[in-house]
Amino acid sequence: MIRYVAWQAATMVAVLIGAIALLVVLTEFIPGDAASVLLGSRATPASIAALRSEMGLDLPVYQRIAMFVFNAARGDLGTDVISGRDIASQVFAVVPNTLVLAFSAILLAALVGVPIGVHAAARPDGFFDRLTAYISVGLISTPSFVIGILLLLVFSVRLGWTPVLGGGEGQGLLARLHHLILPALAIACGWVGYIARQIRASLLDVLGQDYIRTARAYGLPNRTIRYRYALKIAIIPVLSVLGIGIGDIIGKSVFVEIIFNRPGIGSLINESLQNRNYPVVQAGVLVVVFLFVAINAAIDIVFAWLDPRIRERLFRAESA
Amino acid sequence: MEVVAAVWRSPTGRVGLILAVLLVCGALLAPLLPLWPPNRIDVAARLSPPSAVHWLGTDHLGRDLLSRCLFGARVALGLSLTVTGLAMVVGTVIGVGMAYAPRWAERAGLVVFDLIGAYPTVILALALVAIFGPGVNNLLVLITLVFVPQFGRIARAQTMSLRHRPFLEAEITLGASPARILFHHVLPNVLGPVIVLASMNIPFVITLEAGLSFLGFGIRPPLASWGSTLYDGFIYLDQSAWPAVTAGVALSLATLAFTLLGESLQGYLDPLRRSRA
Repeated sequence: MIRYVAWQAATMVAVLIGAIALLVVLTEFIPGDAASVLLGSRATPASIAALRSEMGLDLPVYQRIAMFVFNAARGDLGTDVISGRDIASQVFAVVPNTLVLAFSAILLAALVGVPIGVHAAARPDGFFDRLTAYISVGLISTPSFVIGILLLLVFSVRLGWTPVLGGGEGQGLLARLHHLILPALAIACGWVGYIARQIRASLLDVLGQDYIRTARAYGLPNRTIRYRYALKIAIIPVLSVLGIGIGDIIGKSVFVEIIFNRPGIGSLINESLQNRNYPVVQAGVLVVVFLFVAINAAIDIVFAWLDPRIRERLFRAESA
Repeated sequence: MEVVAAVWRSPTGRVGLILAVLLVCGALLAPLLPLWPPNRIDVAARLSPPSAVHWLGTDHLGRDLLSRCLFGARVALGLSLTVTGLAMVVGTVIGVGMAYAPRWAERAGLVVFDLIGAYPTVILALALVAIFGPGVNNLLVLITLVFVPQFGRIARAQTMSLRHRPFLEAEITLGASPARILFHHVLPNVLGPVIVLASMNIPFVITLEAGLSFLGFGIRPPLASWGSTLYDGFIYLDQSAWPAVTAGVALSLATLAFTLLGESLQGYLDPLRRSRA
């Protein structure tokens, strides 16, 4: 197990270094360069040269990669030239907002999606199953930013039930939750459909197994079998998909944070892109990649811990 | 034809097929239909609700929404079909090539795929388009780049699993040329899963284009795009809901059509399911 965790951690570090290298190489392609773009029309050759050396743009690419990796490892993501503020503190100030949004969306999706899936699996091809199947496809194929705008239109603009903008910063817990409902719902909708379908398929699979028949033979009530025994096993494949889903949710949060004007990593990246403030973009994207990779590694580790076969498979494949 | 018949047999596939054909026809015929020109500005009629003159109403510049929606379909469908096709071809060639390449080259290819996969798709596409600039051509190349690894991985895995199957080894022993092995045995077996992935990819690309255009990094105005219409509609949401709703519905119908189509195609092409049926 320790070996497995170490292997995961090493992979993660390698991927992050690779991601940094890619980010640095990509900035090479910015028309002009990051420094002159930042200075805009106020630029003079002297000020560009000064800023270039301050940003380390005059160094060769491999040195910049090494510097970036070394600094990032110490938690230093550079200084924002426009505001003069520390980039890392800017990024980490908004990351919790995005994480709260992402996790409440998942929680919401699971709370609604799992019971729907279980209920649908109870009578395959019954009325409820068919109805939810159609609704699920509809929810999955509606982009989150369309759902977000429609929610905003109905609940904020027309009905006035929820606040139009912001994340409820500096207000109490209730106010923050009030601000969270619509954005979380916008992200959760597609996942409700997805989770419902996955749970249904996976549960039907499990319910066909011999040990469920045994449980039936023992006379356990159907409800107990479904929720207590079958669901526990059926939920595993769904959890494993959530790892990849984190990337999807972070991507969606960009749009949802813009639509609901919430501070977060998505809106920070977008804002910096619009201002062509590439150092902040780099830092933001790096943190996103870190979150994505770290959450996936954590999920893999949990699975390996639950199921010894997974960690053995990894090392067998390695030695083969 | 056999495929179309199979898709038509499933109720969801039928809905998807009808919607997709309508969308494609609307997109292809848009310049021929008696519509308002998509870029005709009529400030006097800005943000008007649906009427006999403008069937779906107008946007904040008084442009006809029905016309912009149909012309937006040209961009959305053209781009998503081209991107998916390109990514499919490039990814399959690279993937099959990797399976036959020397070990170091295969490893290197996998590292590059993993690296691209380490970025959430939307974030990567956003960063690339922001750096290289918006516009149809850039979007085409950059989004293709983002999706190539998925096709490459699946093509490689499929080829690897085929390589040591007894029927291929028998064929090699019988003296079949590498070209025959490749085109007669490997490619047909690789294409099934690749086509399934492609069909699931189309709605994703449609959403991605709309999303990038929504953020202002996609299609450049005044070219009509559902994403930019949606953004403008979002900005003027308190004055008129029609632009946002129209663009949102068009976009959702398109993704729904291709999702349904992809799913029924998957049911048909998945060799396991077919042999079971």
